[in-house]
Amino acid sequence: MTSEAGRGGAASLPITIRRLTKHYGKFTALDHIDLEIKSGEFITLLGPSGSGKTTLLMMLGGFVQPDAGSIRFGDQEVVLLPPHKRGIGMVFQNYALFPHMNVAANLAYPLKLRGCRRDEIADRVAKALELVELAGYGERGVHQLSGGQKQRVALARAIIFEPRILLMDEPLSALDKNLREKMQLEIRRLHDRLGLTSVYVTHDQREALTMSDRIAVLNRGRLVQLDQPRDLYEQPTSRFIADFIGETHCVPVEVREGQALLFGKTLQLDRPLRSTAPAQSLALRPEKLHLLGCDVPPQLNVIEGKLRQHVFQGDSIVSYVTLADGREIAVRRSQGFGERTPEPGDKVRIGIAPRDTIIVPDDEPTAPT
Amino acid sequence: MLRKSATSTQITHLQRLWLYLLCGLVVVFLVAPTLLVVPMSFSSSRFLQFPPPDWSLRWYRAYFNSIEWRDATFISLQVAIWTMLVSTVTGTMAAYGLHYCRLSLRRSVQIALALPMMIPVILIAVGVFMLFAPLGLNNTITGLVLAHSTLAIPLVMISVSAGLRNFDANQEMVARSLGASRIRAFLTVTLPQIANSVVSGALLAFVTSFDEVVISLFVAGGDKATLTRRMFLALRDEIDPTIAAISTLLILFSIVLVGASQFLRPGSKT
Repeated sequence: MTSEAGRGGAASLPITIRRLTKHYGKFTALDHIDLEIKSGEFITLLGPSGSGKTTLLMMLGGFVQPDAGSIRFGDQEVVLLPPHKRGIGMVFQNYALFPHMNVAANLAYPLKLRGCRRDEIADRVAKALELVELAGYGERGVHQLSGGQKQRVALARAIIFEPRILLMDEPLSALDKNLREKMQLEIRRLHDRLGLTSVYVTHDQREALTMSDRIAVLNRGRLVQLDQPRDLYEQPTSRFIADFIGETHCVPVEVREGQALLFGKTLQLDRPLRSTAPAQSLALRPEKLHLLGCDVPPQLNVIEGKLRQHVFQGDSIVSYVTLADGREIAVRRSQGFGERTPEPGDKVRIGIAPRDTIIVPDDEPTAPT
Repeated sequence: MLRKSATSTQITHLQRLWLYLLCGLVVVFLVAPTLLVVPMSFSSSRFLQFPPPDWSLRWYRAYFNSIEWRDATFISLQVAIWTMLVSTVTGTMAAYGLHYCRLSLRRSVQIALALPMMIPVILIAVGVFMLFAPLGLNNTITGLVLAHSTLAIPLVMISVSAGLRNFDANQEMVARSLGASRIRAFLTVTLPQIANSVVSGALLAFVTSFDEVVISLFVAGGDKATLTRRMFLALRDEIDPTIAAISTLLILFSIVLVGASQFLRPGSKT
């Protein structure tokens, strides 16, 4: 996104996670996680359910004790520190506003605990409400608010006491799609304004791509890839990432002497292969593929297949193509053909630029440490 | 009226008549025995007699003028209040602990704590008597409070557990992240929201102790006799309508107590 590393505000802190491990009986929730989060960075923990992302967040919050490993906020080791001494703001999926207090009392709660004076509390509550565009809502009851408003109050409550770190556990998953997209940008703007080190948990990859400086993808308790959204999308390092982020169709390729072969033809690549394993996959993104006419530009890799059908999706048209081995791939384009539209049943050729020709190992490697 | 439908379905009140009659019968059999003592207490007769031959307040006078009855009432109130305090605090702590407990031991502890509700009270009474004898706790307020608390704690626990099930645990976590220690988070966020179930647990505990007679027969002798124990003995020795007067007062007391708890309950929140 737009932010630069190290741009964090004076109060925000970097987080250093080392060899963090947690077992629940035989189940490994977290397996030697190493992660460095820069001061002021917005990082997202992304993964399917059971991947360990929430466990990791709860450990940062102090609600789950690791079996082994270290967490440092700045220079301070916090593994043994109880939650109320960590100075973190937290936002939960269901907002967790206190229903027996009005909006202003919810916001004042952390300030009262810190022994702030009454006039200072009133002042800061008013400012926080203004920050989340809810000025004048202080006297409202929590149950009088809409979902989006509740989420804003929860956010304001989490940052009003100027925490050094903000943790968010799927805060938008209860909202409908339009509101969710609006709130994504709002949370990101708020983050940019405050420069708070933020850790955000979601299972929604689009949300992660939209909001984050960097994304840490977890699977089965391991950190699979840590990258900026664009790199994560364009250069997945494993089959799991390729499948998990965006729409992908994988075709098996054969690797021999540093060359990748598809149906016996050598593919032109932009970067060297990550793995020497003989069986790997070619990860194809529908929007990176081109249905070719008669003349083939020589620099493209070409796959041949038979067109099955076109599907009109409003902003784009998706064409499904069956390959020689019966596998199906999709090609997306934003407008129709100029001269001649291939009909279902026609033989077609699909072009892929070498920089979009991504070969990923089939097994999941651990992230380099 | 009888032809109108009772619900959104087509069933009419007429078709439901048998149900109304059945309910009426159940209510009569449940409530009539309780209400029977009321007229008897205003009787002028020397014996428990229904219907009373004539009306009088003499048995109320007898109750209020008797030092023994007054002392027994005072003991009962004292024991009931202490039992309420002890079992509400311990029962709430037990319910909270078990609610958040992740150990496999949890089920066993839950069953162990609920045991006093399943075992016949007479067995508990005998056991308590045998245990208290060497400890010198028989015929003391402390002993009575402890014994009654074993009966009351499970009731508080059940009531508070039900309250905790409807409580969102994330709220306490948020409070802790905002800077509250665990106990402070409990007192400022959790307790106000489960207050209803704690209060109804406390009332149950009070009534359990105040009504209790079997254990009291064993361990509440001498000058520590509770009201129920004296009533029970009086019933055996001299059948006199003072008991009906006391019973009527107790019914009134219960109604006031339940009414107050209903009245104090804040409007149900959604």
